[in-house]
Amino acid sequence: MPLTDLTSERQDYSYGYLDAYAKRELRRRALKAIAIPGYQVPYASRELPIARGWGTGGLQVTLALVGPESVVKVIDQGADDSVNAANLRRFITRMSGCATTTDTTNATILQSRHRIPEEIMGEGQALVLQVPDPEPLRRVQPDISKAAQLHADADYGQMWLGLYEQLVRYKQYVQGADYPSLVHGRYVMNPSPIPRWDTPKLHQAAHLTLLSAGREKRMYAVPPYTNVYPLEFDDIPFQVEDQTGRVCKTTGAQNKFMNELPQPDGTAVYELSDSGYAEKLANGRLPAATYFDEQGNFYHDGYLKPPVRLA
Amino acid sequence: MTATLNRPSVLLDAPRLLATQPLLRAVSLTKRYGKRVAVGNVSLDVYPGEVVGIVGESGSGKSTLLRMLNLEEMPDAGSYMLNIDGIRDQNLFALERFDRRAVQIQHIGVVYQNPHLGLRMKFTSSGNVAERLLIAGERRFETLRQAARESLSASEFPLDRMDDPPRILSGGMQQRVQLAKALAMKPALLLLDEPTTGLDVSIQATVLDTLKRLQRERKMTIVLVSHDLGVIRTLADRVLVMRGGKVIERGLTDQILDDPQHPYTQQLVHAKL
Repeated sequence: MPLTDLTSERQDYSYGYLDAYAKRELRRRALKAIAIPGYQVPYASRELPIARGWGTGGLQVTLALVGPESVVKVIDQGADDSVNAANLRRFITRMSGCATTTDTTNATILQSRHRIPEEIMGEGQALVLQVPDPEPLRRVQPDISKAAQLHADADYGQMWLGLYEQLVRYKQYVQGADYPSLVHGRYVMNPSPIPRWDTPKLHQAAHLTLLSAGREKRMYAVPPYTNVYPLEFDDIPFQVEDQTGRVCKTTGAQNKFMNELPQPDGTAVYELSDSGYAEKLANGRLPAATYFDEQGNFYHDGYLKPPVRLA
Repeated sequence: MTATLNRPSVLLDAPRLLATQPLLRAVSLTKRYGKRVAVGNVSLDVYPGEVVGIVGESGSGKSTLLRMLNLEEMPDAGSYMLNIDGIRDQNLFALERFDRRAVQIQHIGVVYQNPHLGLRMKFTSSGNVAERLLIAGERRFETLRQAARESLSASEFPLDRMDDPPRILSGGMQQRVQLAKALAMKPALLLLDEPTTGLDVSIQATVLDTLKRLQRERKMTIVLVSHDLGVIRTLADRVLVMRGGKVIERGLTDQILDDPQHPYTQQLVHAKL
């Protein structure tokens, strides 16, 4: 019997691009991350045919999770059609043979940069977020070994210093993205640069969220049905971005996260940031329930408190 | 019947320093860096409301001693106790890192010579003061503002500049912010490491005035490190003279500065430009 009959046919790449050892590493670290919500698990980040900083962390996790039956959606700033999202989606499907979609409700794996979709994700779905900087304490404690001690002691007092500065200078929380949040009452995490609008969506979510930083080689997770609370002062509650009065120019949707399009005359028009959701509305298909309803109410009653304005 | 002597139970008021327990008791502190002994077998008692000055030349170990008293640095040998409810009779060097940090935040205030060591230069001055309360667990914004205002005005910092970052303040103002930060938690012990060195003479005088007033009003217990004998004479009740990591002379300020016994102290006192 010739040797060729005993071996499998030669292939250019392993299934899902990463070799078996890399996938085992990533899956083990992901399990640890899920077991300790919010804890940054170091992992052996691999080289990929895209540059660091272009979503290598998220891509490695997606490639470790993906299978032939997976349905993958990739978004970048909410858009399915941006160059980065299209590139990643094409690469994932070429390497794994999975299906792709732009419909949030159909996806089993959703890799995202900077946004969480408007439609409520359900059980069995995995959201993979690309993280540039996983360390929430970096701004107040640049020494990474001291920051590790603070994490170990759950000593997060200094995190409020950044919020204090915002309130003193602008009378409100103005941090536009990556708003630090306490996961499961223990670890403070950077929820990747999603807007404040998306941060509450992680609280008691039905889906699994995996956050991965390829360059920094850290992975952390928010398992399904886990408490996630944005940091806030007792007397000044956390607020999402105010979207009232912004109407999508193509779909007429309101109280969703909008992209601002400046006009030559100095005014601005708005369009939905979540392009998959906008596409559904434009085609007259019925969208699933959204995290924020048409009146801007969040789906967990009482989670977002009424605003307190400083004098 | 035995003749009862008609005398009061206490003949004389015992001297204050004997009647009260020392607030700070450091015993045989030793710190080596490799073979070099930075601080060798130094013991120190400081009583409530007392100001103790530590003088000595550069490299004499006075700053290392102060860093150990601030729990920033661990000694190779020795114990350190503060006579405060809850941590009484507890060697602070034996505490867990987390508890040690809590003691440091709650009970010890420090002012460094270099404001860059003690302040976040790009954050607001009030934020620098509020940071201590934040670490101690305060989570109400209004309380923090109020505490920052009180503390900054106690150190005679102009309140209309409380939200300016220390980066754009003058040296004297930066020291006042440091002082306000040190006072924010109303600590039992205040450590001053060359607080006025590097300031010009007139500013130095106003900062010393503030320190003196605070000490008088709040009965603060202060350990003051300086090589400036003028500062020591203004503030300190007692003086330790250090050289080569050892205490070579100790006594009341007047006694040491006017009638030094040790040859090195004599040299130090007479070394004036």
